[in-house]
Amino acid sequence: MNNMSATITTTISTKAPAMNQPKISARGVQVHYGDKHALKDVSIEIHPRSVTAFIGPSGCGKSTFLRCLNRMNDTIDICRVAGHIAIDGEDIYDPKVDPVQLRAKVGMVFQKPNPFPKTIYENVAYGPRIHGLAAKKADLDDIVASALQRAGLWNEVKDRLHAPGTGLSGGQQQRLCIARAVAVSPEVILMDEPCSALDPIATAKVEELIHELRENFTIVIVTHSMQQAARVSQRTAMFHLGNLVEVDDTDKIFTNPDDQRTQDYIMGRFG
Amino acid sequence: MTHPHIMSAFDEELKYLTRRISEMGGLAEQMVADSVRALVNSDLGLAQKVISDDAILDDAERQIGEKAILTIAKRQPMASDLREIMGSIRIAADLERVGDLGKNTAKRVIAVAGSGIPRKLARGLEHLAELALVQLKEVLDVYASRSPEKANSIRERDEEIDAIYTSLFRELLTYMMEDPRNITPCTHLLFCAKNIERIGDHATNIAETIYYMATGAQPQGERPKDDTTATMGSVTE
Repeated sequence: MNNMSATITTTISTKAPAMNQPKISARGVQVHYGDKHALKDVSIEIHPRSVTAFIGPSGCGKSTFLRCLNRMNDTIDICRVAGHIAIDGEDIYDPKVDPVQLRAKVGMVFQKPNPFPKTIYENVAYGPRIHGLAAKKADLDDIVASALQRAGLWNEVKDRLHAPGTGLSGGQQQRLCIARAVAVSPEVILMDEPCSALDPIATAKVEELIHELRENFTIVIVTHSMQQAARVSQRTAMFHLGNLVEVDDTDKIFTNPDDQRTQDYIMGRFG
Repeated sequence: MTHPHIMSAFDEELKYLTRRISEMGGLAEQMVADSVRALVNSDLGLAQKVISDDAILDDAERQIGEKAILTIAKRQPMASDLREIMGSIRIAADLERVGDLGKNTAKRVIAVAGSGIPRKLARGLEHLAELALVQLKEVLDVYASRSPEKANSIRERDEEIDAIYTSLFRELLTYMMEDPRNITPCTHLLFCAKNIERIGDHATNIAETIYYMATGAQPQGERPKDDTTATMGSVTE
């Protein structure tokens, strides 16, 4: 995808970027689904250890772009991605990059909680085990406990770790999925409408969690709730008809956005 | 250009706020004009009317505040919608204060009525009131048009009111020094002049609020100040 590929090693290094370096940098990203031009020349920088919200009407390309960031679009045959996306300066579409390794580094949480039909423990242990992150059973226990703690679920499930994950409430299941994403020590967590199937209490817990996770992870969240974007993010990017319309500090976007389309969208006006 | 909301009831709520603010503005203007007329003509009946009108203005401010809270809770407004609603609350509070100042002037009519006001002073007060009323009227027009440029120009004109207030202050001091019997009426007139001068300040506040509602930014630069009465008569002057 770019001329830097010769210098890139197969696995992506885990060196921490300086604070002023973007964690993710995208330039001229184009996505086609067959004939449909879904993303048009999107360029954006995503800051480390912060929450960036993608907003925009349905079909604007925000989820498509999110899925480019861990190459989830690779799984769709008719999808073609062009342009340049780098994490810590390294091209993630380089042929030498293993998408499985990339997705361990760039975790994802989906709209509907989708725990494996396994125990709570196994849901979280699965990723660390296949990625060989734990040498001994005790290490794995530690990873599971710490991931569940980080996901704010530990106190609710510590006495029933071997009960099925599907037996939890919707909000708990979603936090279990976040624990599962966190367990493999990712650097970036992508969230595609993580609260759209949750009630307000469960939503508040997930939002509080996002706020805490920001200290250690770079988070990108797609949301249809303007209030949620305003509450949880530091930067907001507005997408419309496949274009990135505006990206700015969240405080500015929700009080005084520059673009008319952003204004109309966040204020619920006809555009 | 601004598109209507998808939820038309939201537009209705915003229109309600705008309409009530305009009504408040009209009544506040009327009260200020009446209070000064009552003062210079020693018209106790008119003064009484101003005093009772103040309750209407108080009610209107409460109702605007309640509607604004309800709209924020229901619509979770963003960007210029949010500024619009916050601005309504602030402007309603300023207009309510303008009404209070008119009422205060009206209350003093009784105290001043017995002694009669020297013609020159009455003219000065009338002139001050005219200027304050022009400010108030223009700021209400700007509220209707939401022009940030006009809002800024109103802000700059408060200077003139301050200057006239300062000269009235000086004149009243002179009257008091001439004859101690003038002290009681002149003190009341001093408060009346101060009331009118502060109406200009509220008009300026409203202009700043409108500027913020329209642009999302605070107006640039210091507010002009020509009221130097705070240090007047001190030995160091």
